Amino acid sequence: MLSALMTTPVFAESKDHIEQYQLNMTKGVTDISAGVYDMHMLMFIICVVIGAAVFIAMFISMYFHRKSRGAKPANFHESVKVEIAWTVIPFVILVVMAVPAMNLLIDMEDASEPDVSILVTGSQWKWHYKYMDNDVEYYSKLATQADQISGKLPKGENYLLEVDRPLVIPTGQKVRFLITSDDVIHSWWVPDFGFKQDANPGFINDAWTNVNEPGVYRGQCAELCGKDHGFMPIVVIAKEPAEYSKWISEQEAVQQQAKAEEQRLLSMNMTMDEAMEQGENVYNANCAACHMPNGEGLPGVFPALKGSQIAVADQPKHIDILINGVTGSAMQSYAKQLTMSEIAAVVTYERNAWGNDTGDLVQAKDINSAMNGQ
Amino acid sequence: MTTTTDDTQHDSHADDHHEHHIPYGITRWLYTTNHKDIGTLYLWFAFIMFLIGGAMAMVIRAELFQPGLQIVEPHFFNQMTTVHGLIMVFGAVMPAFTGLANWLIPMMIGAPDMALPRMNNWSFWILPFAFLILLSSLFLEGGGPAFGWTFYAPLSTTYSADSTALFVFAVHIMGASSIMGAINVIVTIFNMRAPGMTWMKMPLFVWTWLITAFLLIAVMPVLAGAVTMVLTDKFFGTSFFDAAGGGDPVMFQHIFWFFGHPEVYIMILPAFGIISAIIPTFARKRLFGYASMVYATASIALLSFIVWAHHMFTTGMPVAAELFFMFATMLISVPTGVKIFNWVATMWRGSMTFEVPMLFAIAFIVLFTIGGLSGLMLAIVPVDFQYHDTYFVVAHFHYVLVTGAIFSIMAAVYYWLPKWTGKMFHIGLAKWHFWCSLISVNVLFFPMHFVGLAGMPRRIPDYALQFADFNKWISIGGFAFGLSQLIFLVLLIKACKKQGEPVSAQVWEGAEGLEWEIPSPAPYHTFETPPVVK
Repeated sequence: MLSALMTTPVFAESKDHIEQYQLNMTKGVTDISAGVYDMHMLMFIICVVIGAAVFIAMFISMYFHRKSRGAKPANFHESVKVEIAWTVIPFVILVVMAVPAMNLLIDMEDASEPDVSILVTGSQWKWHYKYMDNDVEYYSKLATQADQISGKLPKGENYLLEVDRPLVIPTGQKVRFLITSDDVIHSWWVPDFGFKQDANPGFINDAWTNVNEPGVYRGQCAELCGKDHGFMPIVVIAKEPAEYSKWISEQEAVQQQAKAEEQRLLSMNMTMDEAMEQGENVYNANCAACHMPNGEGLPGVFPALKGSQIAVADQPKHIDILINGVTGSAMQSYAKQLTMSEIAAVVTYERNAWGNDTGDLVQAKDINSAMNGQ
Repeated sequence: MTTTTDDTQHDSHADDHHEHHIPYGITRWLYTTNHKDIGTLYLWFAFIMFLIGGAMAMVIRAELFQPGLQIVEPHFFNQMTTVHGLIMVFGAVMPAFTGLANWLIPMMIGAPDMALPRMNNWSFWILPFAFLILLSSLFLEGGGPAFGWTFYAPLSTTYSADSTALFVFAVHIMGASSIMGAINVIVTIFNMRAPGMTWMKMPLFVWTWLITAFLLIAVMPVLAGAVTMVLTDKFFGTSFFDAAGGGDPVMFQHIFWFFGHPEVYIMILPAFGIISAIIPTFARKRLFGYASMVYATASIALLSFIVWAHHMFTTGMPVAAELFFMFATMLISVPTGVKIFNWVATMWRGSMTFEVPMLFAIAFIVLFTIGGLSGLMLAIVPVDFQYHDTYFVVAHFHYVLVTGAIFSIMAAVYYWLPKWTGKMFHIGLAKWHFWCSLISVNVLFFPMHFVGLAGMPRRIPDYALQFADFNKWISIGGFAFGLSQLIFLVLLIKACKKQGEPVSAQVWEGAEGLEWEIPSPAPYHTFETPPVVK
């Protein structure tokens, strides 16, 4: 409570930066998104004109042709000429709309000859980005704290639109997104880029963008994808090509190092305290959304870990589920999402938290041997 | 309800030599084969469902009143949006139209009853069980359906709770009920028109319902197929919608929307019939372009079968398919426009008065036009990529379904209620109901256009801070609209208690048609000897 009071002024200040009462679609930051905006405004103006014409005719009639003003009803009730006119004229207006729409669509759907290709994979409830031309891939998850959502902490400026690791792309280059899903259908949408594209499990869709200005662009999953559909944001940082090249080679080096480090850690043993501490962090970031922070799950939807047979007895099965997931359920494979020592830590945590108290301590090398089928 | 029995018994003695007694008590309603009783049952059932579905909307709006999670968990929120949609579509709008069809079609074409009265009884009485099954699933472990009323696979198959089976059975029962209702309407209209009631003399409400009934028979089996495939994918190891087994999740959407788009017209064509009855009455002038209205309705129905994929532009269709569905969808605005122009032309140089049914009808034309125009914007593929799955879409379909379909149902109830009860409803309450509904419904749905354009996705329980101010207003509008319907409830209870001034057979000065030639209230049995239509 005290901390909430203390941070309130910051909150109030930051709120000023958010555009309240935004009425219209964004123009975005690409040529395509500007074209989409123009098409939207063209449609909007035509619709307003048609609507206004109809309503004015109606209200004139309601004012002048009312019984209380002594209006006598006329007798006419059909006219082929008029009927033809208001069939043909709308048709012509439709053609006027359809031609620019068709041209814009054909441009939007041409994802050929990209400079950069990125595989975007949705899963419940995070995005995975894999750069096809570089050895870089990572998950991107909601970074807003649970306490902000529940109202225990004041909400930050980018509440629900912030992630731990944003996607980084170069400006002025054609970036192609190959979009798919590991589980249910998601939809990848950054309004500033002017498109959204569904992520279908088992199929790959493509889309592209060419961002004009460096900046941070935010979006969200747009297709209902289960419980935390509303908590699956997208953040894209567009950098100048030179900065982007620097960033991508740094990432390549970092990821290389991490892999080497993981191999090295295989021979190291964690203590129980270390494993429990790391395990709790990993659990809260990856597992708590479904199995709940108290390990009790959501009965009938997500199973409880607290007191479950697998978490208190069958250790090989427990490790197997983390590595391979459970087919036909929402339980994903974590083999690529977590390092071996993280898996070891979270298994240890799950076997000892919430009164499970097995005393089991799992090490990275146990995970390694399970992965290699030993 | 015993007063009804007395009144009508009296009338039927005077009118014809009908000797048997009208049943009374609960068995009257359980065993009834009378089209008027079944119409009343349908209408009350629809109204109760409207209140239940509305209560769920109140939960949704309460949670969205401000950012953060305050009232419900996301999983329950998803159940609310799903069941709200299912109840409003299958429990409120469709049964209300079927109720109106039951009451009015025999009276409008001079028939003594529906053609298949026992099936009529059955098609109503299975409905409460369908909704009991659906609603009870909310109380099971894992909760009820939480995958949206569109139940996209694989969210509704691999990733859903076991209660999905109950959802599937409930939809099957609703579908069977709708198909039986539709068969009854078709058989009645084809075979039981009074002598002289030729096709092109039928009231437009009869025409629009005839076309709607064909749509129902064409697409409800498709929905049944879709839910059955969901059932077998989830419980029996098939892979219709699972790529890992050679299926395709996008195929689900094609099948669903092949049902779903005609379904949209199932919920609006009878509304066109209602408005085409009310506007001429209160403009005291014949409907402009009767024949073109019939042809426009038929064209809309035919086009509705070739536009389904406009719900799926972001699924990754080929450009050629996107263009085809865009052009076909845009075409629908031509016959729809013709209807609106015809209504305005009917009003033009009429002699108008603004009784409550007319108020609702005029609100319908204005607000349905707004919903129709935003629909035209949504048809344009490149901009739909931005609109799709945002609150802009939510605004669009609530304008056509709430201020379209539901306002037309309210207009119909106010228009024909005096004929049904023999008494004028409480006009003061009715006007309060109209004005409160009209204002609140726009506070509720109009700002949804803005938050949608600003980038707020549908079906989220919590949102970013820039959407907060509008959402507060939307919720206030929602609560006000919900409360306004309680005025309607009070009015309907008063009407059923037969309170109010007695009305003449014609009720409204400009009303024309067979139903206005029989006494008010309409006797329990009408047109046992067919009238002759000149």
